[in-house]
Amino acid sequence: MPAPPLLALKGISKRFGAVQALADIDLEIRAGQVVALVGDNGAGKSTLVKIIAGVDPADHGVVVWDGRPVHITRPHEAQALGIATVYQDLALCDNLDVVGNLFLGREIHRVGVLDEVEMERRTLGLLDTFSIRMPSVRVPVASLSGGQRQTVAISRSLLGEPRLVLLDEPTAALGIEQTAQVLDLVDRLRERGLGVLLISHNMGDVKAVADWIAVLRLGRNNGFFDVTTTSHEQIISSITGATDNAVSRRGTREWEVG
Amino acid sequence: MSGGSGTAGDRPHRWGALRDSLRSGELGSLPVLLSLASIWLIFASLDEKFLSPRNLSNLSVDIVGTGLIAVGVVFVLLVGEIDLSVGSVSGLAAAVFAVLNVQHGMAEVPAVLVAVALGAAIGAVHGFFFAKVGVPAFVVTLAGLLGWNGLMLYVLGSSGTVNLDDEGLVAMLTSHYFNDVAVAYGVAALGTAGYFLVSFRDARRRIAAGVPARTGGGIAVRTGALGAVTFAAAFVLNRFQGLPLALLIFITVLVGLDHVLRRTTYGRMIFAIGGGVEAARRAGLGVVRVRISVFMVSSTMAAVGGLFLASRVTSASQASGGGNLLMNTIAAAVIGGTSLFGGRGRVWSALLGVLVIQSIASGVALLGIQAAVQYMITGGVLLVAVVIDALSRRAQKAHGRV
Repeated sequence: MPAPPLLALKGISKRFGAVQALADIDLEIRAGQVVALVGDNGAGKSTLVKIIAGVDPADHGVVVWDGRPVHITRPHEAQALGIATVYQDLALCDNLDVVGNLFLGREIHRVGVLDEVEMERRTLGLLDTFSIRMPSVRVPVASLSGGQRQTVAISRSLLGEPRLVLLDEPTAALGIEQTAQVLDLVDRLRERGLGVLLISHNMGDVKAVADWIAVLRLGRNNGFFDVTTTSHEQIISSITGATDNAVSRRGTREWEVG
Repeated sequence: MSGGSGTAGDRPHRWGALRDSLRSGELGSLPVLLSLASIWLIFASLDEKFLSPRNLSNLSVDIVGTGLIAVGVVFVLLVGEIDLSVGSVSGLAAAVFAVLNVQHGMAEVPAVLVAVALGAAIGAVHGFFFAKVGVPAFVVTLAGLLGWNGLMLYVLGSSGTVNLDDEGLVAMLTSHYFNDVAVAYGVAALGTAGYFLVSFRDARRRIAAGVPARTGGGIAVRTGALGAVTFAAAFVLNRFQGLPLALLIFITVLVGLDHVLRRTTYGRMIFAIGGGVEAARRAGLGVVRVRISVFMVSSTMAAVGGLFLASRVTSASQASGGGNLLMNTIAAAVIGGTSLFGGRGRVWSALLGVLVIQSIASGVALLGIQAAVQYMITGGVLLVAVVIDALSRRAQKAHGRV
């Protein structure tokens, strides 16, 4: 009997007014696995991330965490479970320094006062662990480069020692070298037994680090592929809906039989 | 790697750091200190009485009412909003106190508490409509500006002006001086020693924890500068009537609220919301509660400041909280270096900004020039302050894109 998946979504649906953003989505992520979530613009990837992160709960469906159903209705509930999220738009406070951003919402106190020394010490320790270089941890993040800001955002998610990390387009705005650094970081997360849900448009990144690829198309599941046995073309066609895939072929066969 | 920090190493450390902070748009208090120094130099050269102990002592009391209100405005500006009602609220608080105390015979302490609590409640109302209902703060507090001014006129009734008890507690707030020279020097010594102890212990903890610490020289220079300023102020004040009670209260409030803003979770939340509401929300911060609370701080400080302003003239009248008080408080916060765009600023900007504004007012009055000139100078200084704010913001963004 294998361990239950870290996170399992069953029949998740979400509607924004007249738009059905997600319909009947299933997804499983196991510890020590990198699952890539791919799909065209508007396929519902970010909406799904917001549901898991507790920013915008689902209308219907069940979220199963570590084998038991949970209701995640607020971001800190997801954090308490061990789900950390790095958003596409980074969600950093430009005016706070690196330490302030890392510890935002979970500051360390000492006799009722912010313990800046301890927070700075832990920040430097974390950056050191992941061999991250930063000019200073006491400059406002507004004055950092895009790559450095992404590093801050990911470091921030690792601080709470999460078990599942959601990365929303972590390499979208980065150069080649910085992308490689982020992908190395994803590898290190898997080695440490964390589950990773990686959202990406870049098929190269996905093939490089993911174990499984989940495809969304127009708010629905459109395939779940093993990276080692699936061709690039299969994934692309599943994303765009250009040709048949296993799911739709099965559907049409049943239609023909019926 | 950002361009500025990469080359800082091959220059003397201090200048490298200064140049870097200039480039990245972190000017801090430098512009306002420069403008304050030049204003004082200009007025002192035009009239030597400007720097007389009497004038400076009066200046130190004149800044308190407006300054206390400006401190509250700083809180609202930090979350990126504005409070236009502080003038009216300060007038209303003064009127309520005066009517309760003088006309209804309520004792001074409970009357003060009612007036201040009323301020807090008004802030809660503003905060509710802004943060919960979603009406822009500009409009909510504009309604407050009119509404609370109307309520003040209603409370004052037909009499129009209520004179306070000259010997009363509230009148004492701005009329009491600690004549004993030891008090002013004692406060200066206490403040300097306190600053040194806090810096020293912080540096020792940092060294023990193995994180970068301020050097002994840095602490010595800063402590020395603070000591020089506070002892010079004590010396000047003692040559007139000693340390004014109002100034002591103002400084105490500034130290306390500075602590709240920089050293507590609540303060960190205020900065976070000013720097990025979405980021703050996603970090699980109670954005609505914090937003309501800053409007409560603003209105409470407005009420407290209103009592000091009433104390200065020992009366509450239909003119209380009117005139250019509102503009002066917001201008003081901005001139002092608090950003209109939210997320950047310090409590001390209220002190520095109001010093600039009152210095101009005092100098112009001393020279016997018309008030028109005072408005033009203050307007010019404000414009410069906002331009510096906008430019430094742009510089910081550009710095990040290297």
